Amino acid sequence: MKHLLSTYDLGREDAVRILDVAEEMATVGTREIKKLPALRGRTVATLFFEDSTRTRISFEAAAKRLSADVINFAAKGSSVSKGESLKDTAQTLEAIGAEAVVIRHGASGAAARLAETDWISSAVVNAGDGTHEHPTQALLDAFTLRQHWARVKGVDPLGTGLDGMSVVIVGDVLHSRVARSNLWLLKTLGADVTFVAPPTLLPIGADAWPCTINYDLDDALAAGPDAVMMLRVQAERMNAAYFPSTAEYSRRWGFDDARLAMLDARGLDDTIILHPGPMNRGLEISAGAADSPRAVVLQQVSNGVAVRMAVLYLLLSGDH
Amino acid sequence: MTSTAATETHLIRGASLLGGEPTDLLLADGRIAAVGDAAAADERAQQATVVDADGLIALPGMVDLHTHLREPGREDAETVETGTRAAALGGFTAVHAMANSNPVADTAGVVEQVWSLGRRSGWVDVRPVGAVTVGLAGERLSELGAMAESRAAVRVFSDDGICVHDPVLMRRALEYVKSFDGVVAQHAQEPRLTEGAQMNEGTVSAVLGLPGWPAVAEESIIARDVLLAEHVDSRLHVCHVSTAGSVDIIRWAKSRGINVTAEVTPHHLLLTDEKARTYNPVYKVNPPLRREKDVMALREALADGTIDIIGTDHAPHPTEAKECEWAQAAMGMTGLETALSVVQHTMIETGMMTWADFARVTSTTPAEIGLVADQGRPLAVGEPANITLVDADARWTVDPEAMATMGRNSPFSGLELPGRVRATFFHGTATVLDGELNTPRTAGEWA
Ligand SMILES: [Zn+2]
Repeated sequence: MKHLLSTYDLGREDAVRILDVAEEMATVGTREIKKLPALRGRTVATLFFEDSTRTRISFEAAAKRLSADVINFAAKGSSVSKGESLKDTAQTLEAIGAEAVVIRHGASGAAARLAETDWISSAVVNAGDGTHEHPTQALLDAFTLRQHWARVKGVDPLGTGLDGMSVVIVGDVLHSRVARSNLWLLKTLGADVTFVAPPTLLPIGADAWPCTINYDLDDALAAGPDAVMMLRVQAERMNAAYFPSTAEYSRRWGFDDARLAMLDARGLDDTIILHPGPMNRGLEISAGAADSPRAVVLQQVSNGVAVRMAVLYLLLSGDH
Repeated sequence: MTSTAATETHLIRGASLLGGEPTDLLLADGRIAAVGDAAAADERAQQATVVDADGLIALPGMVDLHTHLREPGREDAETVETGTRAAALGGFTAVHAMANSNPVADTAGVVEQVWSLGRRSGWVDVRPVGAVTVGLAGERLSELGAMAESRAAVRVFSDDGICVHDPVLMRRALEYVKSFDGVVAQHAQEPRLTEGAQMNEGTVSAVLGLPGWPAVAEESIIARDVLLAEHVDSRLHVCHVSTAGSVDIIRWAKSRGINVTAEVTPHHLLLTDEKARTYNPVYKVNPPLRREKDVMALREALADGTIDIIGTDHAPHPTEAKECEWAQAAMGMTGLETALSVVQHTMIETGMMTWADFARVTSTTPAEIGLVADQGRPLAVGEPANITLVDADARWTVDPEAMATMGRNSPFSGLELPGRVRATFFHGTATVLDGELNTPRTAGEWA
């Protein structure tokens, strides 16, 4: 593995390997000294063209736990400022010594451009590109799901996938890089995926995807999924006529207290709720659901560090 | 070449006219002076430069109805000189320069400037296209009549790059150009349906997370425009048709007797939206590359005459305009130096068209649509000597660095294609000989 750009072309073997290495990395986080010497002397640059403190500090923590040096480059807005190109910025970071570039960018395909041109030779990690993919988010979701699934099955998660698991992903699929990355990865790992969304927030062409599409959340929940992932909904979508009002959205596609009670009433005790954060409480998820024992949102966050450690380790330790 | 171009005489030996039997052609005084045995027998043949055309096909010089020459204003992307050199090498003897220059070609002054730059260069006829609306802003009609009456004698009007989307303005433009037999060439793109659009909307855009440019945004404008053209009894030309649905609408309009013509680009005959998977913006173009189904429908439509002509939509860009993220990249591809090869590859090698059909869609009909008097004429005695000699058996690998255009943004880079232009004669002047630029037509030769 030279880069991590998407989960679309990530094979099962590589995906399971990342998750297995992440299991080992997770144990580092529970030790008193949360640090491994694995990447001592190596330099990781985070190149963030979009504000995302959460993702950036997760990568930064991951790199530091592996003893790597970290350069943070934050460029607000969609481009650094008129004049400096993505190419120049990346080449500058490499000249400073970066060997891996973790890039977050508002343009779909920005990470692929860095990886597939001759601009730089560093390993490239896609930390979210436009509405395309966010592969480490999907990996941390898969990691969280796998731990849960192994616990339910009473097996060791190492070496396993998500075979037989059913996952419902709800919300703005059209604009979600998290939804795309999860679809490909969860399918590769053997899970069944159902997307639930208003038709306006599903891309034209999604009918060709290897998933079930359902406009009705209650119907999807009634099937008894093993996990429900709520996607963040931007209120401004309302202004572009994707849905009539946030109240209507929340009533039809929000995970509210009534739906939480429905899971309880049906005895679906092992169904967990995921959210990539940050949550819009009261819009796509109620406070009751977010704070319920079913919600694994904070586990997702801590698993994110372990998964990103695994990715950086696998990309940087192989080529020296 | 040492001979003075003004008196240049060429004896072309053994060229196959439109792919037929080999014959000789004598070019003298800018015209086809003799054909067949009479050519070598003519006394002017004694002084003629002999061009061995054994195995070459003679075609009428190609006429492009859709070229972006970028001058004035974007001389970093292309100039009239470099763009027309590329045109001559591609087998063209006339190009229509689109109006989206800076300043916009929306006045008699600007179109005359472009026209005279073309004359000064002398590689091909440069026919300026006039903007339909002032500054391409879609608000007020440009002085269409003044451009028509200028020395540039503009007959094709287009806001290309931007759709004349206001239905009333489009109606008025269609009506007004009737007074000088002009034609409005529409870039069909419903603006609201394509805000922020990056590529064809479909299964590939869904995966790539790039905002979609739906086929309906093109088709709905074409449907409206053919009905407007019928209503006001005017002539409409549809630029770069890209979808199967558009083909159906144009076929219907023609069957109804509506005076509509349509064009397709070489790239839409070959490439699909699958190319976007690389995120390499060299494949970013407007209208976007579509599905395989659309490509096949476009080929059929060109073969059956529903689509009338090839238009290159040659759109050179400086390197930095493509050396970036997909969303930030400029739209457009170069095309003048690959058009012949791509059309040969997609239409002739597939058995869908003959070389005579090729001449119709690249020369005769575009000249008729643009009312270019001395272009697109038959290869016959007395006709202007606008001729392209093609080695149809040659194969070559596209190398953008080796092109005459300043644009390096060819989507065919690295592709092996058939067909090479060996010579181009522009009013008898050999602008291209042995596959290389030769000499432009000099100022004195213009009537
Ligand atoms: Zn156009």
